[in-house]
Amino acid sequence: MAELIGKDFTPPDIRAKVTGAAKYSEDFRMDGMLFCRLLKSPMPHARVRSIDARRALEMEGVVAILTADEVPAQTAPGNNILTNEPHFVGEPILAVAAVDETTAQNAIDAIVLDLEPLPFCIDPLESLRPDGPNARTAGNTFSREQGVFEHKWTQEDFQAAAEGEMPMGAPGDEWQYGDLEAGFSQATLILDESFVTASNAHHSMEPRTAMAYWQNGKCYVHGSAQSQAMIVPGLANYIGIPPEDLVFIAEYCGGGFGSKGGAYPVMSIPAHMAKKTGRPVMMRISRAEEYFLGAARCGFQGRMRLGFRADGRMTACDLYIVQENGPNTGFGDMGSAAGAVSLVYTPLAMRYRGISVLTNTPPRSAQRGPGQNQMAAAIEPLLDKAARELGLDQVAIRRINAPDNNARYGGGQGSVTSAYLGEALDLGAERFGWSERRARSGRRTGSKVIGVGVGQAFHSAGSSGFDGLVRIDTDGKLHIHTGIGNLGTYSYASTSRVAAEVLAYDWDNCVIERGDSSRHLPWNNGQFGSNTSFTMTRTNYVAAMDALAKLKQIAALRLGGRATDYDIRNETVFRRDAPSQRMTYAQAARWAIEMGGPYSGQNLPDDLNDMTRRSAEALAGTGLIGVARDSDRHIGTVPALAAGFIEIEVDVETGAVEILDYLGVADCGTVLHPQSLGAQVRGGAVMGFGMAASERHVYDPEWGLPGAVGFHQAKPPTYLDVPVNTDWAAVEIADPQNPVGAKGIGEPLMGCATAALLCAISDALGGHYFNRTPVVADMILNALSDRAPSHRALAVNTQ
Amino acid sequence: MLKDMIAGFELYQPTDVETALELLDRYGADGWAMAGGYDSLDWFKDRAKEPRAVIDLQGIAELRGIRETTQSLEIGALTTLTEIESHPLIQARFELLAEAARRVASPQIRNAGTLGGNICQDTRCWYYRYGVKCYRAGGNTCYAAAPDAMNREHALFGANRCVAVSPSDTAPALVALDAEMVVRNVRGERVIAAGDFFMEPAVDIRRMTVLNPGDLLTAVRLPDTWAGADFYFEKAADRKSWDFALASVAAAFRTNGSTIEDSRIVCGAVQCVPRRLRSVERMLRGKARSETVAEAAGDMAVRGAEPLSFNHFKIPLMANLVKRAVRGTT
Repeated sequence: MAELIGKDFTPPDIRAKVTGAAKYSEDFRMDGMLFCRLLKSPMPHARVRSIDARRALEMEGVVAILTADEVPAQTAPGNNILTNEPHFVGEPILAVAAVDETTAQNAIDAIVLDLEPLPFCIDPLESLRPDGPNARTAGNTFSREQGVFEHKWTQEDFQAAAEGEMPMGAPGDEWQYGDLEAGFSQATLILDESFVTASNAHHSMEPRTAMAYWQNGKCYVHGSAQSQAMIVPGLANYIGIPPEDLVFIAEYCGGGFGSKGGAYPVMSIPAHMAKKTGRPVMMRISRAEEYFLGAARCGFQGRMRLGFRADGRMTACDLYIVQENGPNTGFGDMGSAAGAVSLVYTPLAMRYRGISVLTNTPPRSAQRGPGQNQMAAAIEPLLDKAARELGLDQVAIRRINAPDNNARYGGGQGSVTSAYLGEALDLGAERFGWSERRARSGRRTGSKVIGVGVGQAFHSAGSSGFDGLVRIDTDGKLHIHTGIGNLGTYSYASTSRVAAEVLAYDWDNCVIERGDSSRHLPWNNGQFGSNTSFTMTRTNYVAAMDALAKLKQIAALRLGGRATDYDIRNETVFRRDAPSQRMTYAQAARWAIEMGGPYSGQNLPDDLNDMTRRSAEALAGTGLIGVARDSDRHIGTVPALAAGFIEIEVDVETGAVEILDYLGVADCGTVLHPQSLGAQVRGGAVMGFGMAASERHVYDPEWGLPGAVGFHQAKPPTYLDVPVNTDWAAVEIADPQNPVGAKGIGEPLMGCATAALLCAISDALGGHYFNRTPVVADMILNALSDRAPSHRALAVNTQ
Repeated sequence: MLKDMIAGFELYQPTDVETALELLDRYGADGWAMAGGYDSLDWFKDRAKEPRAVIDLQGIAELRGIRETTQSLEIGALTTLTEIESHPLIQARFELLAEAARRVASPQIRNAGTLGGNICQDTRCWYYRYGVKCYRAGGNTCYAAAPDAMNREHALFGANRCVAVSPSDTAPALVALDAEMVVRNVRGERVIAAGDFFMEPAVDIRRMTVLNPGDLLTAVRLPDTWAGADFYFEKAADRKSWDFALASVAAAFRTNGSTIEDSRIVCGAVQCVPRRLRSVERMLRGKARSETVAEAAGDMAVRGAEPLSFNHFKIPLMANLVKRAVRGTT
């Protein structure tokens, strides 16, 4: 029976957060510190002809200017540190360091920048036209092998599509499984629908501020990051130093939502500037800059053909996605979206085709459920449309297609570790009172009409192969070294408790070492992809098991018998058949130091990552060291699955949507920390509601200017837009490939809420399907008053 | 291009109106009167407006507070929106204004934002706020009126080169209540009807109100005319907090039984000034507040609307808001 797993606890960083004592990058100050600010491109695509900074450099208090020529160039279409050919409004061209920010900005205003405007594009479909504009001089798409190149569809491709229908030319990526035509031929109902899902900004509360200084040959960077260890090699590369010369400090993160998962290039600017000036440099990123540099979710323009049997079973899916990728490497949303369809609806046959198109809008990166959540927004209302046409219940059509442990994933049709979406639907329908609520659907009181909805989403949520590192010191305390990061979910803490659980520790005697490379952290995965719960329970488990084995070995060597004769209790090792032969963990740690070798980290396993090795070597001789690579890798995709249930009211006179009630249900295996799971279900839902019904990502097509560069313009939901109380539940069936049965869950908790809300809006409107997200008041009003929508069919960045 | 870094300026913090007026007069067009700062600081941070001198009004006690006079209620221009929404006299007599104030921005902003600031704030057209050189900024084009422009929030009526709308939630309520604006400068005081206070772009495209450099709105007077009338306020927006109106309606009705004797119906966010619907008011005189009459009022309200490419949804929205106001229920 677990003592710690599944129990609520107070994560150690929470007090500092709620009292304001927590220090984020922006809160640090150093003697002689300079501030730097960025000169950013006012144009969506341009080339720098010349920079005249003479007047700026003569200003009192201005110390240095840093240009693109002085920082490592990135291979196109990678994100740049600084550039002489900006590809989006807000892309940094140069940086100026001064004694204060006002002076730095005054200097930037005094720089004469001569830009040559270049053609730009903010709509992928326009770019795919034979004579359409390209976002980059070299083309409008890219591959790892070819770099950037031009990909166009033919005039015939465009003519083949009816008005408002998505054309489908040559794809850049495709896969298929099963017999697609056989699938469609056994279908009772075939839907053929074009759709748009809008891009969304990440809205990270903490802008990506960074501060850096150099000391004794090492570069110290305080950055805003979701991850810890995973940032180091990438950031070191941007700075141009070996990873061991970088000390990276990121104890707290004010939200990243995928945009701060790995190293990002602007984080290195203060390091370059600090090197150039010989002084510490702070680069505060403003709210508007965060909308330029803080990335966005890829938008989709797509089309899907879905075949259903009379009982609702999906027999075939033919999916085409054009992905708006921003100007740079972006992210692989479209492939993940297709994978999600294969798993969540288990179509008997499926084909996926996609093309990622570059545009001169902010760089894209992963955003919570990248691909999977757009797909949930696009396909789930169509599932309802099918249910409506087939006379089926919305839950029933999902239940019959839901994956179980035999489900297969993607084009490769690989296995999954466990899948209980059907159970989540059953649990949710019961707990939400789905049948009673469904009976209320369409009921009108005054101008308000009730709508109900259910939504589902998926994300691949687990990895393996990383290193765990724990240390028992001579006071008997357990130090759990974790390099995963702290993106704000507290999963760094709940997964650390696995080590304490294995070693039967009192949690009060455990210390989590994290947030700073100089605390000797192991090589861990990034805190992204909902993987922490699965991955880090495994790594902490193997490290703790190594420590446990060493405790028993030390006891046997010192007290006699064999290691297998020993057990642990109350932080002591004792001989099972002679409990008086015992040794405290503190004593064992002292013995470990005296014995040396593997016991105190002098000899290390061969398969450790270099980062872990360096950390373990630094700790060697300070206690009993448990260190191991999670080398017994897991097999298959680890599915995080979620279902959301919602009841809403739509005001048919104003288009206003009121969420009355919401329940989110998680299939995340064993629940590690109920409170934080509850927070994830609720928080994910709030973010999902924004994606479904309020957020804006707007670009003027003529000038390429961004129209949503503040919270009040980009419109994530506020407290008042969501119910005060929402409910959550978990299936709680253990995953067999995790030592404590845990899987990740963060991402689909957003997508299922997005889907549920979109479905409920269409339900309230008696089955009007928009095929465009977000669904905002103007679209609802136009639909209700039989007006044409304002958006041109398939246009993006207009809402 | 947004810069998020305030440039330097001379900061004055006078403690009496006379000194403030003297400073505003001295600096003229280079001076800037700042109240709660939610409009001003935005402009300063983006360096789109760079006044030489900022006259911070926060220290002037006489500009604060709500006073009863013989025939009216006088609200100091520096009174916060929070004070207005929660003041017993305003709630009792002019709940329309309290409700409008309650729907401004967010609680935090209302704690610092003032009535004067809310009325005098500049338009929120995103192109203009972004810092482009449009007509309103002294240039020679309107970005928001272009065929493919993103103009979902823009005007249905009264466009004249500029298609921006009045963003204020309290302004329509004040026009509906026949409020009077007390404006002072070094030469004296003048009182302007709320309905005449806001500036059409056809008259002066560079200003949102009749205030000239050197002028200061010191108070708003609410005459008893509409005290205790039947009121209706509604603001439609994308979010329930921290959002500008897509359209709003502020209405006051004097009824005899169910018959409307007189009314004021004013819409926000559909024109550069609060749009008073005089023809609807005339039509309603002597009519009962019924669904049919409400429907007719809504239809009449939107006559002559000239939608842009992305804002024609405001036609049914505005019609419905006026309908609801006349009906008296959502």
